[in-house]
Amino acid sequence: MSADKDEDPRVSGIKSKIRVVPDFPKPGIMFQDITTLLLDSKAFKDAVDLFVERYKDRNISVVAGIEARGFIFGSPIALAIGAKFVPLRKPGKLPGEVISEDYVLEYGKDCLQMHVGAVQPEERALVVDDLIATGGTLCAAMTLLERVGAKVVECACVIELPDLKGRERLKGKPLYVLVESH
Amino acid sequence: MFAAENGLKGDPRLQAISRAIRVVPDFPKPGIMFQDITTLLLDHKAFKDTVDIFVDRYRDMDVSVVAGVEARGFMFGPAIALAIGAKFVPLRKPRKLPGEVISESYVLEYGTDCLEMHVGAVEPGERVIVIDDLVATGGTLSAAIKLLERVGAEVVECACVIGLPEVKDRCGIKGKPLYILVEPRLLDECC
Repeated sequence: MSADKDEDPRVSGIKSKIRVVPDFPKPGIMFQDITTLLLDSKAFKDAVDLFVERYKDRNISVVAGIEARGFIFGSPIALAIGAKFVPLRKPGKLPGEVISEDYVLEYGKDCLQMHVGAVQPEERALVVDDLIATGGTLCAAMTLLERVGAKVVECACVIELPDLKGRERLKGKPLYVLVESH
Repeated sequence: MFAAENGLKGDPRLQAISRAIRVVPDFPKPGIMFQDITTLLLDHKAFKDTVDIFVDRYRDMDVSVVAGVEARGFMFGPAIALAIGAKFVPLRKPRKLPGEVISESYVLEYGTDCLEMHVGAVEPGERVIVIDDLVATGGTLSAAIKLLERVGAEVVECACVIGLPEVKDRCGIKGKPLYILVEPRLLDECC
């Protein structure tokens, strides 16, 4: 599902504010930079509003944001829909007892952590990040939530790179994005 | 300057915010009583109250930029920016920001660290609030202030949820006022 395809009039403004930075973090990668979106308070608000409108009546009690750009979108969404905000972080950052989930990168692996006790069984959760590429990070995030018995209702991202087919790696869970970038 | 001494004396929201913060002993190393705000984020009312207190303070101060220090500043800053109609500018560890950046190094207990900001994110003359979850020595906030001043912006205030005792008697950070909601919790206060 994507707001891009729904042709909400706010989407073109959001899309126009995303900056592409070539060859970052390495040659050949066209990096989708959302920091320029954050500089336009109307476009940033529209992006958050699109998510809030979608989720506010869906009984979601947890918004899990993936470090660090997922914090920027996830925290205002959580506040607006009355949910907890749960940061999913790189290893060694969360101070309390954590559970960890490893995931595969193009070269090597990485790991995402969540605090034990942050999410209760049966809670309905939304996972938020700025962008979905291969889906590896989102999949690890979903797994963390499912391991504690929560139900992931949907994954939500500002940008999707559909050519990388990340949507197919979400264990059958739906994905909602605001814009697609080919 | 603490909120309780500045118009919010006896405000019940401050007590609830303080109680929602968890102390984790010996993190990241022995002897440190880490003030964990993630438990505050789990308490929707207390989290919202935290943001509302900052929003109420800054909405009529002509602030056009909220600069948040990575990464816990990203949990409070964006909602404040959105509510007051300001830009949100992330101040990040090295090599995270993709475009052209300016960098400012600062001293840690052992070694140095560095904060970066995108060139062009903040214009000369803009009025800025810097936000982070906690201020200890003020080293990180000083670096943040320097980055913003280097591009000609005016730092109006630094805002933190928690302020360690060492900043209590100082006149702000680099002469800039500091606004803090609560003092650190002690371990034996936690349930």
